[in-house]
Amino acid sequence: MKNWKTLAAVGAISAGLIAGCGTTPAANSSGNSSTGAGNTATNSAGGSSASTSGSYTIGFAVSTTNNPFFVAMENGVKQEAQKLGVKVIVDNGNNDPSTQLNQVQDLIQQKVNAILLNPTDSQALSSAVTAANQANIPVITLDRSVNSGKVAAFIASDSVQAGKMAADELIKALKGKGNVVELQGIMGSSAEIDREKGFDQEIATAPGIHVVARQTAKFDRSTALNVMQNILQAHPDINGVFAQNDEMALGALKAIQQAGKSNIAIVGIDGEEEAVQDVQKGLLYADIAQQPTQEGVLGVDNALKLIKGQSVQSTISSPLQLVEKGSSFTGF
Amino acid sequence: MEKFGAVVRRYHLGPLIGLVILVIILSLLSPQFFTFGNLRNVALQTSVNALLAVGMTFVILTAGIDLSVGSSLALTAALSAGLMVAHVNPWVAALAALAAGAVAGFLNGVFVAYARLAPFIVTLGTMQLFRGLTEVYTNGNPIFNLPSSFSHFGTGLLLAIPLPVWVTAVVFGVVWVVLNKSVFGRRIYAIGGNETVAHLAGVPVKRYVVLVYVISGVLAALAGIVLTSRLGSAEPTAGTGYELDAITAVVLGGTSLFGGEGTILGTLIGALILGVIDNGLNLLNVNSFYQDAVKGLIILAAIMLDRKKSTGR
Repeated sequence: MKNWKTLAAVGAISAGLIAGCGTTPAANSSGNSSTGAGNTATNSAGGSSASTSGSYTIGFAVSTTNNPFFVAMENGVKQEAQKLGVKVIVDNGNNDPSTQLNQVQDLIQQKVNAILLNPTDSQALSSAVTAANQANIPVITLDRSVNSGKVAAFIASDSVQAGKMAADELIKALKGKGNVVELQGIMGSSAEIDREKGFDQEIATAPGIHVVARQTAKFDRSTALNVMQNILQAHPDINGVFAQNDEMALGALKAIQQAGKSNIAIVGIDGEEEAVQDVQKGLLYADIAQQPTQEGVLGVDNALKLIKGQSVQSTISSPLQLVEKGSSFTGF
Repeated sequence: MEKFGAVVRRYHLGPLIGLVILVIILSLLSPQFFTFGNLRNVALQTSVNALLAVGMTFVILTAGIDLSVGSSLALTAALSAGLMVAHVNPWVAALAALAAGAVAGFLNGVFVAYARLAPFIVTLGTMQLFRGLTEVYTNGNPIFNLPSSFSHFGTGLLLAIPLPVWVTAVVFGVVWVVLNKSVFGRRIYAIGGNETVAHLAGVPVKRYVVLVYVISGVLAALAGIVLTSRLGSAEPTAGTGYELDAITAVVLGGTSLFGGEGTILGTLIGALILGVIDNGLNLLNVNSFYQDAVKGLIILAAIMLDRKKSTGR
């Protein structure tokens, strides 16, 4: 008998918690205009605003929402959808390919008019795209693409180009001479491979620059702090750091500051707000900014074209922007 | 040799011997390894995992497991960073984080002790719950521009030793006394040895189990405070996978996953082994592709050194 009471209490607590989670984003959107703008475009609130322009629904399967980059992408999608009066269903894949596969299948079941897919994994999500193809639902991939299946358009920044631009900045900062450390992202991810490729090609044009250490910090700030601290022990004489994303650039910056060094040029990629601020403060040398919000906007625009039977380009490049001290980029 | 083996077993010297061997090898391979500056870095870098592992030791001693510590770390860190950005005094914000950690642990403890659910399942659930709440709270973005007085806590030195290392040392000291010299400590071992017998012997098992998870939650929050002050920001992804590092440290230190057996010094040594491996691989600039494999092999080797003890049971 007592056990039943406990179980009932547990049930009540969890129901309360779930209800609590459900209401929090709504509370955000009314209380905070800067972050809340996107929330009103979700399926629950979309009904009222969608009445103006037909009743199209786009499914957006995003890889994760615990990373500012993808949060910005999601905001871009929601804002553009709200502007155009399109309903959006957002599914967060939590970086898990199988979760995301299920979510895309659910979107197909809900008979959405188009799917925007930001795949967690290029191989695993191929079958999701094939399934959408069979259901005649057009798919646009954002930021990463898939290995097989028919994709109507692929929208992304050019990661090889981003690596090249970062290398150019370091060459400029070091005047063509010095020792450089490369902090790598999650090994084997397409961003890691392509950014490294572009960086290596370009840095090779400056024979006076030596890459003395390459270590992975998994795109993660706290890992980068520790890894950079360790590298500084082995290489006290470094002049530059190329971090394959901003999170690692910011972690490396902390390690360098805490080691009491100031003449090390750090270049990151992404355009996160904090990194952009640190470029302005002169703490980071430069940042190669992507524009994920813009990727989301382009995704919705092109999805609507497809729904209306218009043709779109198969590869659409989202612009990169060099952020230097004094430039006006505001982060995503 | 037989006598040496007996001594190793009696004083649980396996992990310590493993650490010493590792340190000797790394000192030979890298001239930078055995320097004061580098060892200080290792201690600093180990502090977060060591704090989580102390809490995990309590939990595992009662034959439980706490998979939620990484998420608790992220949630409490985000809460305190949010308060600081809203101009709450940093120390008040840090206290609020510790309180939130206690609440998170209490939730785990109640589910485990009173609802009688398996710790693995309960904390698997709360791991997701706390991570989700962190994402809601931070909207997926890091919270930064924390006050510099708070950053000093993670980066400042006292007698040439970083403050987080002092904090970790004090926590270990207190916990050593609690586990070895107090009634509470003896009862924790008793619960892990045999819960029914402990109950019949008059130990308030349920309350103790709740308390153990509260300790784990508070220490996760403390680890979160250390990490946040080192980084000067709170990340929604902070602590991802840290529960596994903490469990690894505890197991490397010779604590039995079946409960009732283990030492806090072993856990400290286990955490140091992990810290030394990461540091050494970076110093030697080992190719990233090989790092996880090498780390795994070293962990297996360290456990092998401790093998006799476990097979002897």
